[in-house]
Amino acid sequence: MTMVYDDLGDEATGEVPVRRIKFTINGEKKVAEVEPRLLLAHLIRQGLRLTGTHTGCDTTNCGACTVLVDGRALKSCTMFAVQADGHDIQTVEGLATASELHPLQEGFKEEHGLQCGFCTPGMMMAAKALLDANPDPTEEEIRWALSGNLCRCTGYQNIVKSVLWAAQKLRSQAAE
Amino acid sequence: MYPSRFRYEAPHSLDEAIALLRDGGDDAKVLAGGQSLVPLMKLRFASPELLVDINNLPGLAYQRSDPDGTLRIGALTRHVDLEKSELLRTSQPTMAAAAPLIADPIVRNRGTLVGSLCHADPQGDWASVVLSLGGSVVAQSTRGRRSIPMANFVTGPFQNVLDPDEIVVEAVIPAARGQRAGGYLKLERRVGDFATVGVAVSLDISGGTVTHAGIGLTGVGGSTIAATEAAAALTGRPLTPESISQAAELAAAAARPRTDHRGSAEYKRHIVTTFVERILTGSSRGHSDEAERAA
Amino acid sequence: MSQAVDEIKIGGVGASRKRVEDNRFIRGKGNYTDDIVLPGMLHMEILRSPLAHARIKSIDTSRAWDIPGVHLVLTGEMMATRNLAWMPTLSYDTQAVLATDKVRFQGQEVACVIADDPYIAKDACEAIVVDYEPLPVIVNPMQAVAEDAPVIRDDKENQPDNVIYNWEVGDRDGTDRAFASADLVSKLELHYPRSHPSPIECCGSIADFNRATSKLTVYMTTQAPHIIRAAVAMVAELPEHMIRIVSPDIGGGFGNKVPVYPGYVCSILASILLERPVKWIEDKSGNLISTGFARDIYLKGEMALRKDGKILAVRMHADADHGAFFSDAQPSKFKIGLLHSTFAAYDVPVAHLTARGTYSNKAPGGVAYRCSFRVTEAMFFQERMVQEAASDLGMDQAQFRAMNFVRDDQFPHRTPFGFLTDSGQYGKCLDVALKAIDYDNFRQEQAEARKRGRLLGLGISTMTEPLGAGNSREYDILGIKMFDSADLKVHMTGKAILRTGAKTQGQGHETTWAQIVAHELGIPAEDVVVEEGDTDTAPFGMGTYASRSTPVAGAAVAMVSRKIRAKARKLAAHLLEVSEEDIEWELGRFYVRSAPDRGVTIQECAIAAYSNMPDGMEPGLENTAYYDPPNLTWPFAVYIVTVEVDPQTGVWDVLKMVAVDDCGVRINPMIVEGQIMGGLTEAYAMSNMQFITFDAEGNCVGANYMDYLLPTAWETPGYELHSEVVTPCPHHPIGAKGIGECAAVGGPAAFVNAVMDALSGTGVRNVDMPLLPDRVWEALTYHRDVSGAPPVRSDD
Repeated sequence: MTMVYDDLGDEATGEVPVRRIKFTINGEKKVAEVEPRLLLAHLIRQGLRLTGTHTGCDTTNCGACTVLVDGRALKSCTMFAVQADGHDIQTVEGLATASELHPLQEGFKEEHGLQCGFCTPGMMMAAKALLDANPDPTEEEIRWALSGNLCRCTGYQNIVKSVLWAAQKLRSQAAE
Repeated sequence: MYPSRFRYEAPHSLDEAIALLRDGGDDAKVLAGGQSLVPLMKLRFASPELLVDINNLPGLAYQRSDPDGTLRIGALTRHVDLEKSELLRTSQPTMAAAAPLIADPIVRNRGTLVGSLCHADPQGDWASVVLSLGGSVVAQSTRGRRSIPMANFVTGPFQNVLDPDEIVVEAVIPAARGQRAGGYLKLERRVGDFATVGVAVSLDISGGTVTHAGIGLTGVGGSTIAATEAAAALTGRPLTPESISQAAELAAAAARPRTDHRGSAEYKRHIVTTFVERILTGSSRGHSDEAERAA
Repeated sequence: MSQAVDEIKIGGVGASRKRVEDNRFIRGKGNYTDDIVLPGMLHMEILRSPLAHARIKSIDTSRAWDIPGVHLVLTGEMMATRNLAWMPTLSYDTQAVLATDKVRFQGQEVACVIADDPYIAKDACEAIVVDYEPLPVIVNPMQAVAEDAPVIRDDKENQPDNVIYNWEVGDRDGTDRAFASADLVSKLELHYPRSHPSPIECCGSIADFNRATSKLTVYMTTQAPHIIRAAVAMVAELPEHMIRIVSPDIGGGFGNKVPVYPGYVCSILASILLERPVKWIEDKSGNLISTGFARDIYLKGEMALRKDGKILAVRMHADADHGAFFSDAQPSKFKIGLLHSTFAAYDVPVAHLTARGTYSNKAPGGVAYRCSFRVTEAMFFQERMVQEAASDLGMDQAQFRAMNFVRDDQFPHRTPFGFLTDSGQYGKCLDVALKAIDYDNFRQEQAEARKRGRLLGLGISTMTEPLGAGNSREYDILGIKMFDSADLKVHMTGKAILRTGAKTQGQGHETTWAQIVAHELGIPAEDVVVEEGDTDTAPFGMGTYASRSTPVAGAAVAMVSRKIRAKARKLAAHLLEVSEEDIEWELGRFYVRSAPDRGVTIQECAIAAYSNMPDGMEPGLENTAYYDPPNLTWPFAVYIVTVEVDPQTGVWDVLKMVAVDDCGVRINPMIVEGQIMGGLTEAYAMSNMQFITFDAEGNCVGANYMDYLLPTAWETPGYELHSEVVTPCPHHPIGAKGIGECAAVGGPAAFVNAVMDALSGTGVRNVDMPLLPDRVWEALTYHRDVSGAPPVRSDD
């Protein structure tokens, strides 16, 4: 059982109804008790202490909070944690295996696809969803798929190259 | 960033959902995609007392064509499903043009067409599209089902005619009377921007004559505008440069844009004219318009 | 035969070394301020004013206190009893922390709540009731100086109006004479709109006051931790040695994270009062509406010209709108920043610049956003004036620039405003750019296209900027001189730790500073760990902004490495049993001049520093260097853009963009290119879509990401970057000049000039940024200039 809030005072517990939810995150099964209004992004960051997923805006524009829910890229700031009940979440922390980085992570490093790193987790998760569906995307398709993720530092050109690098590596791994 | 408190229910049947809405009173809202509602709640522009999450309801994610050609789109059909739809690409040019222009690709993974119609944002794209097609929504309650034409559905910004205990279960697009043509053009400054101006044009052409026409305008009035006079001017005759020009003028006259940071009223009217002309000119060349982003 | 290590192999200067910081960022293991959790931590939310100018009649916080989970509600009145309702700014003004008498801009901080979690804190903010009495609003400098204008800063003694300063530089009489003799005078008026740097990560702090140790630790998003420590010592009246500022990973700065914000101060006071850590993380709307704005400055420019195209003189007047408080972080001597760096690359004999700063009912700002202290404005004004002047003369844009550039043989060159530029190859950069854009062919294409009703345009922009502020004779912030520092400790196995007074926010210092050490000492870059941002361990520095880090902190890294090398040389002599005069150095190794095979590596010297020192030598191999730059560095760039404008909608698309940057020696070419592309994208954003403005009531239009538009990967153009031209800086230890802001400085004019070029023939002289479709259409259709100055037009 996972406590979601730090320091929830006694009076508050009495007043605030919480729901019990079960979900999988990065392959691990979890249970949590959450207030309905808790955003999924906050369950991930505060409840689960997985701080790789970031929040950068309050109007569902920036995409820094992008995670995969049942393999689909979603903005975790625009979903309630209760809605994760019964679902499978993947965050940036679930990209690498115990021994290896995911080709996307390698690609972003190889091609200088990040500078401050704040948009990067969300960007990589959106890119992963793209590559899962389309292993050989064109530059145009990559730009289109990532147009829900804002970056202020890189100007996107190297992000595109990073995804192309990863796609190439994934294809050659699949061929082996 | 932090919504107010609310009660939350996640029913597993439509009847259960309707019962919850009925008992929840005026301050209950349906949560489908949530891509419009949740942002409002986070800014506390909306603070419903009860959210009824319908994402677990079975059998509501579909796009199907009846034998007579009527298209039905279930309430849980996401924008991305429509963007990728072969059915739309081959038979619904206006819809196919609009689908990729809704918000951004990640929002499209979750938001729904039906949810967008119910949300009734004057800058929502789907409403113009469905209006132009003469579409309707089907609402269900304990009293049964009723069909509400899109033209009667929205009564003002963010206001629709639904009773508090009604849920829209599908959107319905009438069958084409002939060859369906048309398109959707959206003036947005970048992906994810709301429309400064959006124009949906839908035509059915049979034997060289326009049997049905509809024009819906986004972002140029208190709510979505049906340019009925402009549509009437196209109907019952062939599509000619004269009829195109006339329709474009009438559509602009039907618009009620405001001057604001997105542009002057005059500019927005001009864009209506331009877009109507572009879509119709494309249609008259006998091919459907590609979704043309204006940015 | 040389046994020097291969500099590129060990990751020295010139190596496109992959970034060290990536290792944690790609794993989602960055350590940004909001990622940090301290035991017992509470959360703070701020209540902001909905009105732009209003008297506060009353604030009722009683319902907020009653909400379970609320620990503290702070108001201006409570802050005032502790002398904290107002704080000094970095520009010798004062700024409200929490409003007391009035609110002076929409979004101003009025109260704050500290609670168990931010949701509850927000609930409590909503429960606070404030009674406002609206006052008339000022949203531009013209209103600020009007007869009947209300005095915004009636809190200040000796402030009878809304004027902050009048400032001038240059030669008024000489300029007037030159204008009198001119064949042609070219004029231009424009508004460089208010812009917000908007990094994706918002500002925030975690203040942790430990009553047991009396030490205050503040984790916060700051580009200048030592400046903050000094400011906090002043404001909170705590002794400087009991304050520790820790700047962890920062998700983008761009100048937004330099000022001291009320939220930081409130979180500090709350922690002191509650004796628990207090975290404040603002939301994007709060960030956009209240934090470090940039620009918002009006230009009246004139250029005196000879009929053959020679520029005889330049005259400029700037009206700067600073918002409600003058809080810019800039060298204190220059009220309008380095605006007078304008025309530094052109051989202009005489010039005069006047500037006036005024208050308005907007968030404080002016200097921020990748601007190098208003060099963005300087270069934008310059290139827009140059474009119009060439046009007025009927001269080709490239030719006009080329004939007026400072020539290579004219360095060192004194600009008309007194700066000394020392190096550059301006003409060559322009030639490279013109070739890359295929200039002559494009002009032909453009003419052909016009016949068919298509509007193509080409825009040129050049920039040089005074980087590396700055020398102690002229540059200080609040009296503190703008040197920087590096502290290098080489361990006995030849590995090292380097700390500097800079603070990276994505520029890659952990990677690049190690490359400088590798360059100077031959220690592989991967053997050098770099730390920045903790005032308890980092040497004193003025932080990272205005592209000053490579010129100043980078220089300090080189200098401290040389100090280490000098000591290592003595150790080498001792180990090789020769005198120091017989020792030579090649990368990574000292050897005996007369017997080159006899040598010791730098690593062997390191061991010796701990185990085999000569008599009388202090053990260890560690040192610190403080670098007071002798002059500014002057990178130069030419940017050329081609566009097509849709005449029916006013929408314009970029066809091609070429960037030729001469920033001297490039420490890490990959990182330099990343900086350029980022800057070009911000330039594109400013010129195309970024728009934050005010209506007549002072409501901020565009204070959220739905309306304040940053381009996505879809709209952002691709860039062709050129690095052929390299003019090393003559005074920088490794010849580097800095690059962080160049493209943001020079880029916008390229886009604007391109669109204006597409509009040529209509008589339109100026369309203010952003060049939104409706503005371009209006200019095209009505053949008139379009201003973007507030108040934004509306139907009302």
